[in-house]
Amino acid sequence: MLNYVRRRVLAMIPTLALISVIVFALVQLPPGDIVSATLDRLQAQGVEVSDTQIEALRAQYHLDDPMPVQYLRWIGNFLTGDLGYSIAYEQPVNTLIWDRMGYTLLITFSSLLFTWIVALPIGIYSAVRQYSLGDYFFTVVGLIGVAVPNFLLAILAMYAGFSWFGISVGGLFSPEYIDAPWSWARVGDLIAHLWIPTIVLGAAGTAATMRVMRANLLDELKKPYVVTARAKGVRPVKLILKYPVRIAINPFISTIGWLLPTLISGEAIVAIVLNLPTTGPLLLQSLLSQDMYLAGSFLMLLSLMTVIGMLISDLLLAWADPRIRYE
Amino acid sequence: MSAATSIATDADTTTPMDATLSPRRLVWLRFKRHRLALVSLWVLVVMYAIAFSAEFFAPYAPDERNVRAIFAPPQQIRFVDAQGEFHFRPFVYGYRLNINPDTWMREYTEDTSQRYPLYFFDRGAHYAWLGVVPASRYLISTREGYVHLFGTDRLGRDLFSRVIYGARVSLSIGLIGVILTFALGIALGGVAGYLGGRVDGAVQRTIEVIQSIPQLPLWMALSAALPAAWSPLGVYFGITLILSLVGWTGLARVVRGKFLSLREEDFVVAARLIGASRRRIIFRHMLPSFMSHTITTATLAVPGMILGETALSFLGIGLRAPVVSWGVLLQEAQNFQAVVLTPWLLIPGGCVVLVVIAFNLLGDGMRDAADPYSYAGGTT
Repeated sequence: MLNYVRRRVLAMIPTLALISVIVFALVQLPPGDIVSATLDRLQAQGVEVSDTQIEALRAQYHLDDPMPVQYLRWIGNFLTGDLGYSIAYEQPVNTLIWDRMGYTLLITFSSLLFTWIVALPIGIYSAVRQYSLGDYFFTVVGLIGVAVPNFLLAILAMYAGFSWFGISVGGLFSPEYIDAPWSWARVGDLIAHLWIPTIVLGAAGTAATMRVMRANLLDELKKPYVVTARAKGVRPVKLILKYPVRIAINPFISTIGWLLPTLISGEAIVAIVLNLPTTGPLLLQSLLSQDMYLAGSFLMLLSLMTVIGMLISDLLLAWADPRIRYE
Repeated sequence: MSAATSIATDADTTTPMDATLSPRRLVWLRFKRHRLALVSLWVLVVMYAIAFSAEFFAPYAPDERNVRAIFAPPQQIRFVDAQGEFHFRPFVYGYRLNINPDTWMREYTEDTSQRYPLYFFDRGAHYAWLGVVPASRYLISTREGYVHLFGTDRLGRDLFSRVIYGARVSLSIGLIGVILTFALGIALGGVAGYLGGRVDGAVQRTIEVIQSIPQLPLWMALSAALPAAWSPLGVYFGITLILSLVGWTGLARVVRGKFLSLREEDFVVAARLIGASRRRIIFRHMLPSFMSHTITTATLAVPGMILGETALSFLGIGLRAPVVSWGVLLQEAQNFQAVVLTPWLLIPGGCVVLVVIAFNLLGDGMRDAADPYSYAGGTT
């Protein structure tokens, strides 16, 4: 097992290195750079900028160095925890990013939990009562759940929240708690706001996961050992839950691997619609204003989250299934 | 039921001629049994046909304004008028504008004194079909007044017409994107699977890396890099290219796996021993044997493309205003007030959902028809 872990972790390094090159290239891709973008902004405000100041700015950000040098400086600083300086916000990236990463992680994680808690029982039900009315109902719900883009779902949630409950859905806190220090009341307020983005974000994954669970359990239920157990008179609940479900549940571990990138992707757009204080809105802003350190850090950290998620899912799978370890 | 027996039952239940049916015909027979997939196919054919002939199906040009109807709700097609009289020719009522004295909001009610009969295949303003062929027939039009079946937007533009013109952009991006994806996926996956070794390793790593970057942020970064000065057509192809550049990995994986397993098959080895060229082996022997799989995978990839375009345009970094696509239309529904006051602006979203469901069902049906190892109608 230890050997497998070592191999798997080592394999991450080239992947991450390549990702960092891609991210750096992506951030450099737009025409112009942060200094010219800042200049445009200043000139629009009527501020005169002299050539020497421009030179000083360019030197400050090392914009005239060759690209490989710029890349190495960026990634070197990144590895030592210095994420650079956001020019648009005039703050170090470190102070801007971590709160938002935290909320992104929180929402992603709660959506993952939601997905499992909802999809697991429904999947089991649909398999055990195949072709029942409930099974068809959940099939249709699942079909729609996969097809509705989650930003549309977010808009519909806002609409429903407003017209049925008379509350304005959006943000993660009520106005009075936005800048308040952490307290139990604030945590409660957060939880009260968290469920809408959680459901909106978890919907597509839930729909897909319950289909997988249903298909897997159906395969399992046809096997001879289940028939034998049933013939011997094992109680139905025990018969289902103790053996076939435990085998069919395997994909739930691997869902972390493919669900996480989708959730992180979805989170970005849902956050923009619902106005959540997470990475999505700031990433969009920073991409549009060519705030390269900020955008680069976000892209890099979100990818890192995905890669680590895949690692965890692989390790859990190897732990659960010895055949993978010794391939 | 295994594929072999299910094909056999097909053959048994129809004419004795079936023994000589081509594989393509057999696949079609299996596909036809999937009622939902068949319906989806027709839904998509109709939608693409409407999008193709947008000028004929849309009552108005996409940017034509009706200043008498700003943010007007959808009209209802009626046969029976307010006096209870039946009219053979369907009609709509005009709007009566009231300003709500409390909120100062525009509110439209039906004005039953203005009855606008609808004419079908009638002549109207001249247009150039597909931008080339001059024509003047419209599917639906009025001789007096106006018809807004999906209501109007903030400039009084007919939403029904805009949805139809939007379909042209949104649906074609899905198709063109998938064709590009298909080309990239087959080329790279095929090379990796056929050559193996170091090339395979490199392609595999690339796929892994692209799949580890969350898709939407990657799309966002790429489309933010499209120069703002580009023409609408340039942006259109730029976005399509971005969607394919990110999306080819799934298909490449499928193709690679197929190539790996087929490489050692008897018929491929035989072809190689006879001295067939590598090109002939790939294009004549290997590709046709799993084409149905790749087409299925490609079909299932179309909704992702359409959703991608919609999401990007919705965020304002995809297609931009003079271009009409479903994502651009949904931008109008982005703000919360719009959704509460003018819910009909969400109709383009409904179209997106319909198309995505149809493509998913179609793909499912095709997979069952094409996959010889599937349980026909079994687990799904």
